[in-house]
Amino acid sequence: MLKLDSRIPSGPIEGKWSKRLQEVALVSPANKRKLSIIVVGTGLAGASAAASLSELGYKVSVFTYNDSARRAHSIAAQGGINAAKNYQNDNDSVYRLFYETVKGGDFRAREANVYRLAELSNVIIDQCVAQGVPFAREYGGQLANRSFGGALVSRTFYARGQTGQQLLLGAYSALMKEVGRGSCQIHNRMEMIDLVVVDGRARGIITRDLVTGQIESHVADAVLLCTGGYANVFFLSTNAKHCNATAIWRAYKRGAGFANPCFTQIHPTCIPQAGDYQSKLTLMSESLRNDGRIWVPKAVGDERNAVDIPDNERDYYLERIYPAFGNLAPRDISSRAAKRMCDEGRGVGPGKRGVYLDFSDSIARLGRNVIEERYGNLFEMYNRITGEDPYSSPMRIYPAPHYTMGGLWVDYDLMSNIPGLFVLGEANFSDHGANRLGASALMQGLADGYFVIPNTIGDYFANTRLSPVDANHEEFKAAANQAHVFIDKLLSINGSRTVDQYHRDLGMTMLEHCGMSRTKESLTTAMKTVGELRERFWQDVKVSGEACDINQELEKAVRVADYFELAELVCRDALEREESCGGHFRLEHQTPEGETLRDDENFAHVAVWEHQEQGPAIRNVEPLVFETVKLAQRSYK
Amino acid sequence: MNLTLNIWRQKGKIGKFVKYQAKDVSEHMSFLEMLDVLNQELILKGEEPVHFDHDCREGICGTCGMVINGLPHGPLKGTTVCQLHMRHFKDGQEIWIEPWRSRGFPILKDLMTDKSALDRIIQSGGFITVRTGQAAKAEAIPVPKSDAELSMDAAECIGCGACVASCPNGSAMLFVAAKITHLGFLPQGQPERMQRAINMITKAEEEGFGFCSNYAECEAVCPKNISISTIARANRDFIRASFGYGAGKGGKAL
Ligand code: FES
Repeated sequence: MLKLDSRIPSGPIEGKWSKRLQEVALVSPANKRKLSIIVVGTGLAGASAAASLSELGYKVSVFTYNDSARRAHSIAAQGGINAAKNYQNDNDSVYRLFYETVKGGDFRAREANVYRLAELSNVIIDQCVAQGVPFAREYGGQLANRSFGGALVSRTFYARGQTGQQLLLGAYSALMKEVGRGSCQIHNRMEMIDLVVVDGRARGIITRDLVTGQIESHVADAVLLCTGGYANVFFLSTNAKHCNATAIWRAYKRGAGFANPCFTQIHPTCIPQAGDYQSKLTLMSESLRNDGRIWVPKAVGDERNAVDIPDNERDYYLERIYPAFGNLAPRDISSRAAKRMCDEGRGVGPGKRGVYLDFSDSIARLGRNVIEERYGNLFEMYNRITGEDPYSSPMRIYPAPHYTMGGLWVDYDLMSNIPGLFVLGEANFSDHGANRLGASALMQGLADGYFVIPNTIGDYFANTRLSPVDANHEEFKAAANQAHVFIDKLLSINGSRTVDQYHRDLGMTMLEHCGMSRTKESLTTAMKTVGELRERFWQDVKVSGEACDINQELEKAVRVADYFELAELVCRDALEREESCGGHFRLEHQTPEGETLRDDENFAHVAVWEHQEQGPAIRNVEPLVFETVKLAQRSYK
Repeated sequence: MNLTLNIWRQKGKIGKFVKYQAKDVSEHMSFLEMLDVLNQELILKGEEPVHFDHDCREGICGTCGMVINGLPHGPLKGTTVCQLHMRHFKDGQEIWIEPWRSRGFPILKDLMTDKSALDRIIQSGGFITVRTGQAAKAEAIPVPKSDAELSMDAAECIGCGACVASCPNGSAMLFVAAKITHLGFLPQGQPERMQRAINMITKAEEEGFGFCSNYAECEAVCPKNISISTIARANRDFIRASFGYGAGKGGKAL
């Protein structure tokens, strides 16, 4: 059984974080210089943490598989970042942002963490502005805001359609400043392939140098995993091609608890798949739903062009079913509705897996130039990919895997159950419950990196006696050796199908049986199929090239091998969570109207999986205690 | 459609063009997906796939980049190669595919190059020195909308290196100038503005990138349409800084 102490400070929710800040023990500047920290990943969480910890005086080494820290996939976030600044005077507040995030997550997030997130949202904006993030401004020179899916106030800050890019470049520039000062080391094109635990504490990592193929050991006093989510388990997702779960998966296999793996988010507005060769899916910012109307033909099998279908033969289904929120209904709800329409045979476009997102009414009301100003770059992107012109005929969109709310279990200090192993950003599980609201991921990554970890990590160091360890320690040698064996095995199979073929099969199985809706049957099938695929993979995969060279096929093979194992856990978690909540929709558990039906009595908890060397993983539970919010059924009608 | 591809293959120091046939290419494929399909065939034939850098495939991370028929990122203006689709090519066409070629970007393998020099240029001064926690309230300093927009225009740079690859001098000036301009239009960027220009431009030279002599090829190929007017601004900052203007040099304030 895992020891899961969430270490949430006592007292009223508004005071918890300041209470914790007062309690944490401090490390003297002289001692900070002697303490080394490894940060894996350079997205918003990793870059902001590495820069901030280096500023504090710790010895920081950063690792990324990319050729530069600036390329991490946070860069692709389009829409914006939330903060409870209440600049619009529309009655926003920290409490409101907190409450909406807990509700949006269908009451499966840890209340105290979410409150802290909302509380920190405002200083994040301050920090980013000081770094030179060129947020959108109003004519008076003040910061502009917009509203975003699932919210009734305007609290989203943005930089055109490239907010993630600008925030990441801000964090990256802070990191580069530290690297330039010589106080922080960066290792590009290095992939973490194992975690090393010595005497029960995280003491370093094993990496593969993606240029030389060298397996290396890196020792430290603490390890931070900021490696993002695992949506690529579905093969086709909006994640970057190389985003992977290897770091968190290997940490899991070394004893870290994996929380709520079945909480995956399918984003409603992506460009549908065009063919079998498709390598990834592209997200179209959710902000499009502010002015676009979503519809499908009323009649099954209507083959006419969109523009030839008269208004009274169109079903604007979100407006019909959810009149209060209409086209702005939260992500999980909109995604499922789109799937239902397509399952009824009313989908549009190739393969009939698509719905229309129509701007014609907005163009008529506001004029083409207003729409162009708001969404010009997105329309261009759509046109570039599909060759169609969204000004004259509606876009086609379809849901795609996008974000994973599940991740490694952490306590209030962001430390996993392995002392010395901290997990930040999308890689942890803590803030979004069963569904993440728009513009919250950027907020969490930066809150964790800039403001939480620099304060909490010191408490670990101050209260811990670390024995000296070096790369010759037997645990390091054993882990490095295992890495060699693993890689040699993959290269020696020399079978008949490529890594991509296996990955695609895995992804299709997961999407079909463990995607937007799940049943006991589908999940059982998925587990069986995934298991079989995995066995075949290990007997029949063909990985070209050599170990000691740049070898992109080998990189993929290592990642896919881990996806197979992770996929089984996702399915198992989904199977055992006998309720529907947020992105986890079990057909057996729904309201008469087809909405999620939670079971608060039996499932108001975090499911934390514990790896076993022999036999199936063990399901542990951290009960969710709601002291402030009252559990209610989510309603967006 | 069917295409003839001449792809630069390199392992170690020396490389050469190798001819491949791409059959039944769909016009809806992206250029990289076309290469993915080719690679699958190569692997199954027991050959090594063509190595190329890529990640987001959304035109935002700046990882991808190759020269297609002499043009960095290929024929479509304002578009990275990962966002280039095959409908812009014709059936039967012959295509030449090469890596970025520049002293500043050593070739690693096939179409992959080492672009880490760009990081080192940023390390020399492409930032605002502010520690976490030091920030003033965001609302304290208004920024004129027009300045914020011009700053953002320059900030869109994705650091892909196409500007360098297109430049007869192998200059990284558009990359450097985009950063100087992005920060130079904001009030927060003023205190270090002059030193930033000196440091970054000097560092680019040290890294082996050439000088700018206004060919303007960089602007033509930039997937984010960064304007060479940024270079004029950077030069101005550099020259004024060299004469001791600006904060921190004991000279006159701007
Ligand atoms: S792969 Fe990211 S810009 Fe092309």
